[in-house]
Amino acid sequence: MTIKVYVPGDAAALSVGADEVAAAVAREAGNRGLTITVTRNGSRGLFWLEPLVEVETARGRIAYGPVTAEEVPHLFDAGFHEGGEHALCLGPTEEIPYLKAQERLTFARCGVIDPLSLPDYLVHGGYRGLERALTMRPEQIVEEVTASGLRGRGGAGFPTGIKWQTVLRAEADQKYIVCNADEGDSGTFADRMIMEGDPFVLIEGMTIAGIAVGATRGYVYVRSEYPHAFRMLKRAVDLAYDQGYLGADVCGSGRAFDLEIRLGAGAYICGEETSLLESLEGKRGVIRFKPPLPAIKGLFGKPTVVNNVLSLATVPIILDRGASFYRDFGMGRSRGTLPVQLGGNVKRGGLVETAFGLTLRELIYDFGGGTASGRPLRAVQVGGPLGAYFPESLLDTPLDYEAFAAQKGMLGHGGVVVFDDTVDLAQQARFAMEFCAIESCGKCTPCRIGSTRGVEVIDKIIAGRDRESNLELLNDLCDLMLDASLCALGGLTPYPVLSALRHFPEDFDRPKGASRQGNGMRRPSHARPTGGPSPSAGVAE
Amino acid sequence: MRAVTWNRELAESRIRELQELPGALLPILHALQDEFGYIDKAAVPLIADALNLSQAEVHGVISFYHDFRTRPPGRHVLKICRAEACQSMGCRALLDHVRNRFQVTPGETASDQSLTVEAVYCLGNCACAPAVMLDGKLYGRVSTEILDRLIDRARSET
Repeated sequence: MTIKVYVPGDAAALSVGADEVAAAVAREAGNRGLTITVTRNGSRGLFWLEPLVEVETARGRIAYGPVTAEEVPHLFDAGFHEGGEHALCLGPTEEIPYLKAQERLTFARCGVIDPLSLPDYLVHGGYRGLERALTMRPEQIVEEVTASGLRGRGGAGFPTGIKWQTVLRAEADQKYIVCNADEGDSGTFADRMIMEGDPFVLIEGMTIAGIAVGATRGYVYVRSEYPHAFRMLKRAVDLAYDQGYLGADVCGSGRAFDLEIRLGAGAYICGEETSLLESLEGKRGVIRFKPPLPAIKGLFGKPTVVNNVLSLATVPIILDRGASFYRDFGMGRSRGTLPVQLGGNVKRGGLVETAFGLTLRELIYDFGGGTASGRPLRAVQVGGPLGAYFPESLLDTPLDYEAFAAQKGMLGHGGVVVFDDTVDLAQQARFAMEFCAIESCGKCTPCRIGSTRGVEVIDKIIAGRDRESNLELLNDLCDLMLDASLCALGGLTPYPVLSALRHFPEDFDRPKGASRQGNGMRRPSHARPTGGPSPSAGVAE
Repeated sequence: MRAVTWNRELAESRIRELQELPGALLPILHALQDEFGYIDKAAVPLIADALNLSQAEVHGVISFYHDFRTRPPGRHVLKICRAEACQSMGCRALLDHVRNRFQVTPGETASDQSLTVEAVYCLGNCACAPAVMLDGKLYGRVSTEILDRLIDRARSET
């Protein structure tokens, strides 16, 4: 009997030795005369367990991890190929609490199937959404997406259906679907997991979008830091063409949809939709004024839907199961599920897809198990480099677009980065400004100049020079950047800075030479008496 | 990294293959960098001519994007992530270590041409931080010891 083994081919799994493990499994099976097939699935998103090896048994798939190549012979000794007991055995994969507690809709197949097998995709419900969409009028498809309550998962949270409606109504000889796969936020990897673990769902979502709004061409703009995702997606596109799921006659419907994968070139700003369009056109990724919206005048001046990977990858299940199925998950105006990415200094980092409403505390402690270092948690940054730093006291904030806005933060693309008590928030605030200076496209002054001035003024504050007046200046500068920047880069860089000032004022008020960084001290020795008002807190508010 | 030395005929043929694509400039620049390891300044007029752009426009695009190099890199290219998730797991120690061992800061090449070090902002491996990419291959949970081993192995292979 053939034994079926799964070893992830996801970039994160490969980064900790999955290829070596897969080779060792094949070699060891050969040595023992066992017939075995090794499927390179995507990742289940339980990254502290990678490489996570699974074996198909009568009890379902049994998981082992984290597996090293050296451990593989011992696994065979323990009869792992029949689901045998071993110290690394985690039991049935679906019963692992981290996974069992999730509601996986967008990621239903990720880590389960062979990402480059169309038959596998079809067996697991693939292309049912497109099949239904092809029986509907364009307005009906758009209405279904609108009714599902799906909001853009890239960061801005704009209702996807409304965007589609605008493009559908626009008159043009050519329209485009552009997928924003420039997942630049630190702490995020969900787009990458989809492209590597279930690429056909993205292709299907884009095809549905094209049929809905009357666009016959699509582009995926993949960041160059994701060479593996780029290769996987390209192979999936080739397979979809071969099987008639892309091209001049999609599934014999007489409708055309062509798809091309393009590579970015290491510019964070190209995650901003208008910069991305400029970049696709072969220009510097300088942002455009809005209006006109890309939905009216987008790629090459034509009406264009620009959606994030996760938004497009969620469309097939909405079409397949219906708008109300999806809308029934979630809270308030945040409907459906949110794939959260938990990373940084956390024991169990990974992908957590649940209905909106999970609190940060539940996420970090129940799922994440606290810090990886074992030291006390001090700060959590949510929403990437432009997201706010939250202190422990705000961990009961639910993951919901509006709840985060109320705390002067943003959910963004759902990245959550945990820091222990060695973090220096003044340095993190400085980094936010430095990052903005490095990545600014240069079009508007608040961002281009403001970020550099921001680094300088934070340096002065850290050095203790005219602290009070420089704090006032920094707050003024942040106000200006918030109000006067052209796009979210300059406009949101103040979020991490102001939240650091608001919640961690003590880090900006330290005698010369004292530093949290790398000294491992719980608190700097000069710590103010507890409970006393901090002199800088008033300025920060 | 198996880059070939600059050669005009090869560059022209790569440009010809791609110049009809809509928005062909980035694909062309990537193709040239894949081939030669950098964009030679002699390529600028060739690209400008093929795409009917000014040389200034081509230069502007090359200089805008962090990926494009205008000088040949070392035999190996190490990208160290210095974004927040990797910061929380000590990527500063990796940068310090490389600086001490090779006397290079991000953007520089070691004097023996064996290694170019670049800073990147997120490799999408934030749950296995800190992360680095060596010659296009991603590594996670990297300590200074692991980093030394990776670099030594790469350097011994050429």
